[in-house]
Parts: sequence; structure tokens; C-alpha cells
Amino acid sequence: MLIYVLIMLLFAVGLYGISSQGNIIKIVVSLAILEDAANILLIVLGYRRGGIAPIKATDQSVAEFTARAVDPLPQAMVLTSIVIGLGVTMLLVALAIRLYQRYGTYDIAEMKRLRG
Amino acid sequence: MVDTGLIPLAVAIPLGAGFLIPLVPKKAVRVADALAVIAATGIGAVVAGMFGLLRSDAEHSIVYAVGGWKPPFGISMVLDSLSWLMLAVIAGVALCSVVYATQYMDTYTARGKFYGLFFLMVAGMCGVVLTGDLFNMYVFMEVAAISSYALVAFGCEAEELEASFKYGVLGSAASFLVLFALAMLYGRFGTVNLVHLSEKIHAAPPEAGGVVTFAEILMVAGFGLKAALVPFHAWLPDAHPSAPTPVSAMLSGVLIKAVGVYSLARMVFNVFGLTPDVSYTLMLVAALSMVGGVLLAVMQWDFKRLLAYHSISQIGYVVLGIGLGTPLGVMAGLFHLVNHSVFKSLLFLNAGAVERATGTRRLDEMGGLSEKMPLTGGTSMVASMSIAGLPPFNGFFSKTLVILACVEAGRYGFALLAVLGSVLTLASFLKVQKYGFFGDVAERWKNVREAPVLMSAAMLVLAVACLGLSLLVVPGIRDIVLVPAGQVLLAGAKGVTTLASAP
Repeated sequence: MLIYVLIMLLFAVGLYGISSQGNIIKIVVSLAILEDAANILLIVLGYRRGGIAPIKATDQSVAEFTARAVDPLPQAMVLTSIVIGLGVTMLLVALAIRLYQRYGTYDIAEMKRLRG
Repeated sequence: MVDTGLIPLAVAIPLGAGFLIPLVPKKAVRVADALAVIAATGIGAVVAGMFGLLRSDAEHSIVYAVGGWKPPFGISMVLDSLSWLMLAVIAGVALCSVVYATQYMDTYTARGKFYGLFFLMVAGMCGVVLTGDLFNMYVFMEVAAISSYALVAFGCEAEELEASFKYGVLGSAASFLVLFALAMLYGRFGTVNLVHLSEKIHAAPPEAGGVVTFAEILMVAGFGLKAALVPFHAWLPDAHPSAPTPVSAMLSGVLIKAVGVYSLARMVFNVFGLTPDVSYTLMLVAALSMVGGVLLAVMQWDFKRLLAYHSISQIGYVVLGIGLGTPLGVMAGLFHLVNHSVFKSLLFLNAGAVERATGTRRLDEMGGLSEKMPLTGGTSMVASMSIAGLPPFNGFFSKTLVILACVEAGRYGFALLAVLGSVLTLASFLKVQKYGFFGDVAERWKNVREAPVLMSAAMLVLAVACLGLSLLVVPGIRDIVLVPAGQVLLAGAKGVTTLASAP
């Protein structure tokens, strides 16, 4: 149970970071934290203490296999999700670099050519 | 057994084009243009072919099992009337935007990269509306979203970078909310296939409701942010005007609907099941968007920014209709969705043509442009009347249906707000016409020329569509296109359950 509370906490930290931070690099980091909270939740859901790799050996019965193997699907999903997260982070960091070149600052409050 | 091989092509063609076109050498700009138009036409042809496929077996949705793995274990792509309607909108607007872009993008460099990102975005949207499982919906949504972040920043000006950053952060946060909800649903029910998930949610005992409710809230917030409904709208008025014009047309016309409204409706109706609470929440948010968006729009002087605020308002009408949950309401909402994508794309293309000719987007600096740009002026008049809801244009019929649906359901307050929103929309577009296109030509615009031929052609096609789509309200045609799409949503959990029984 504790692990789920910690994941929720991580999730909340990410959301708080996005809404409260003024430095655009810190916002990108907060976004990464938010994403990792979702990833860790998926991984934890698929974890099984003392589980075996989800590859069925010929001498195993199906019942024994399903009783012991870890769930491989969340791991596959998290791999995909990490790649997506990487893409998002890289794009935002690239934008942050360009923004720094234009404005000479990482402070979001000083970038106000656009009004909400 | 029908041949389902067409279904993956709707994703494969834009995906292929997206990676192929950037490889064309920079000098061969016309080759890139030609390839882009061919690819967009190809998507259109595939979608037209799908219509025949859909009609051949009207009872069931058509399932394509990717790699031959049977659902619910493998990845499935599902074509039903609602998906087809969305695909038709995506393909139509994409084709017009690409044709327009072939001449509009002459002022930009890196044409290949532009088309690459453009088609990746189209591939993502086609994937979202065709996919049969939640995780792929997330993946395709991200494909569409990441390319749209990059497209918003395409000009690399300070404002564009700023808008793109804001859009990127909020859009990704929305995606991660959806991913988190997905993880919770997977943890509780052990599946991400929409059909399977829907069956399990409805079979679950009521005390399991906490997880489901929390997941639903996260999903509504996530997809609501993507659809720019009012508490989550702040990114849209910056992001949509900053993109190159053909992309603005795609973003406002299609993207917020494919990854926002469609996904929201699919999850709420077909997976979770529409409860009165959710229905009321959707309508309330919709009404806020409808009135809030238009109030902010009236004050704008930047042409494209004004249009972006109207997108928020018009999405409100769509969600209001769908949120009602009555047959008439859902049909009206979907009808307005189709109409909005046509006239809003047209308006953005008009704004782009004006900006290209005069170099300004400020309405108070324009004036009398109808005389110098008769086609742009005329088509913008058609689109303005459509969005303001004047007969005989399509916007009139869909808005009237939304309002009638509210009255029919006894929601008089919402009907009144819809009428109010409509009046303010009219006022706002009178302003556009008065300052932008009517009156005498200002001295500085004496040498302004009409938009080039392909840009004009794209605008003309969309203007004809504004008039032609009114026909969707005629009973015989309505029963083929709109009513089945509405029924998919109204069937609720059964709407996806019938998918499972399909071959």
C-alpha cells in the first residue's frame, strides 16, 4: 500500500512543479517526474514478488506458469511510454534553449510577448 | 468476411509520407509538394473506400487484428461509423491544407520538414480514431501532439517558441494524466482493450467504483485539456495562431476534436458509460467554454487569435450537444463538429491569405480588402455566416439542432446560453467583416493582390463545403452519415461490445 501512496505523492510533486516553478528547465524536470510517476505505477502493477520471467518453459504447466510469471504487458507499455517521454523532454529542452537565445533568461515570468 | 486491409492504410500512408518527404532534397521543393498532395489524396481515397467497407456490414464495426493476433490479446484497429466520420473530417481538411500549403509555405524554408511533421500529425490523428485499445490511443495521441508542438514552433520566432513551450507542457501534462488513469484501469481490470475494459467495468461490483471514478476524472481532465474546454483552455489562443496557417487550420479544425472531443466521447460513452453526473459536468464545462470563449474573442484585434478564441467557444457547442446524451443532442454535436472543422479551417486559411498579402494580422490595420481580394473576401463572408449561424449555411443547422436538443431535454438555461453565444459570435464576425473586408481600400493596400491559384482553390472548396454540408441535415443523407455515428455513442457499453462479436 505504501508504494501507491508514494507514487501518488510523486504524481502530486510533478503537478505542483509544473504549476509553481518559474524556471522553464525546472518545469521540464517536473514534467519528467509526472511521467515517471505514471510509469512506476504501471511497473509496480506488473511486479510480482519472486516472479519468474514470462517465458513459458516446456516442462511447465500453464497453470503453474500463470501463477508465477510476472505480467509482461506493463513492461512493454512502460518501454513505449519512456520513449515517448524522451521525445517530449528533448523537444521541450530544445525549445528551452531557443527561448534562452531569444530572451536571455530561463524565467517564464519574463517571457510575456503573449498574454494569456 | 470483408477485406479489412484498408484500415491500417489510413495510418500507414501518412506515416510513410511523414518519413519519406523530409528525404527529398531541399532544391526539389516541387517534388515535395507533389508527394504531399499525392499522399493527402491517397488518405482521402482510403477513407472513401472505407465508406464502402462500412456499408457492406452496417450491423457490426469492422475489426482489423494487427499481426493476426485476435482481440482482446492483440492490437486491434476498429472502424465504425463514428471513426469514419472523424476520418472523413481529418482527410478532407488535411487535403485542403496541403494544397494551400504548397503555395503558402513558399515564404518558409525547410519545406520537407514541414510536410514530415504535418503528416506525422495526420497519422497520429488517424490512429487515435481507429485504435481499439487505450494504450495505442495514448501512443497515437502523443505522435499527433509532439508533431503539433514542433509545428507550432516552426517559425522559430520568440512568440512561437513561447506558445509552443506552453502548449507542450500543458499538452504533455494532459497526456500523463491519461497515462496515469490508464495505469489505474489496467491495475484494476487487467486489460487495455476498449471492448474488454468496458465489459469488465460494467460487470464490476459497485464498491470497486472508486478507482473507476478517479480514472474517469483524470481522463476527463486530460482529454478536456486536449480539447481546450474552458478551465483548461489557456494554451490554445497562443498555440493555434502561432503555427503556420495550414497547420493552424489543422490544429483548430481537426486536432482538438480528434484527440480531445473524440477520445473524451469514446471513453465517457462507450467505456465508462454516461451517468447523469458526468453528463451534467460536460454540459457545464461546455457552456462555460461556449460563453467564455466568445466573450474573450470579441475583444481580440489579431485575426488569427480571434479565430482561436472562437474555437474554444465552438468546441463548447460540440461538447454541449454530445454531453446532453439524447439522440438529437449527440447527432447535433457531431454535426457541429464536422461543420466547425470546415468553416474554422476556411477562416484560418482566409486569415493566412490576408497575412501573406498584407503582412499584418491586425484587423484595425486592414480595411476594404474585399475589393482587392474578392475570393478571399467572399469565402470569408461565407465562413463568417456559417460560424455565426445564419441560414442557409451549415453552421445554422447544427447550432439550431444543438439548441433544439437542449430545449427537448428540458435544459432551457443551456439553450439560452447557446443562443447568447451565437449572438456574440455574430457580433464578433460582423467586426471581422467590417474592419477587415468592407469599406474603402486604405491607401497602403492599393497594390494588394488576390491569393495565388492553389490557395484560392483550397478556400473555394471549403466554402462550397460550408454550403454543401447543410445537406447532411436532409433525412435521407442524415441517416447514412450522422445518425449511425451518433448511435455508436448512444449504444453506450453495447456500442463497443458489438465490436467483439465481429469477425
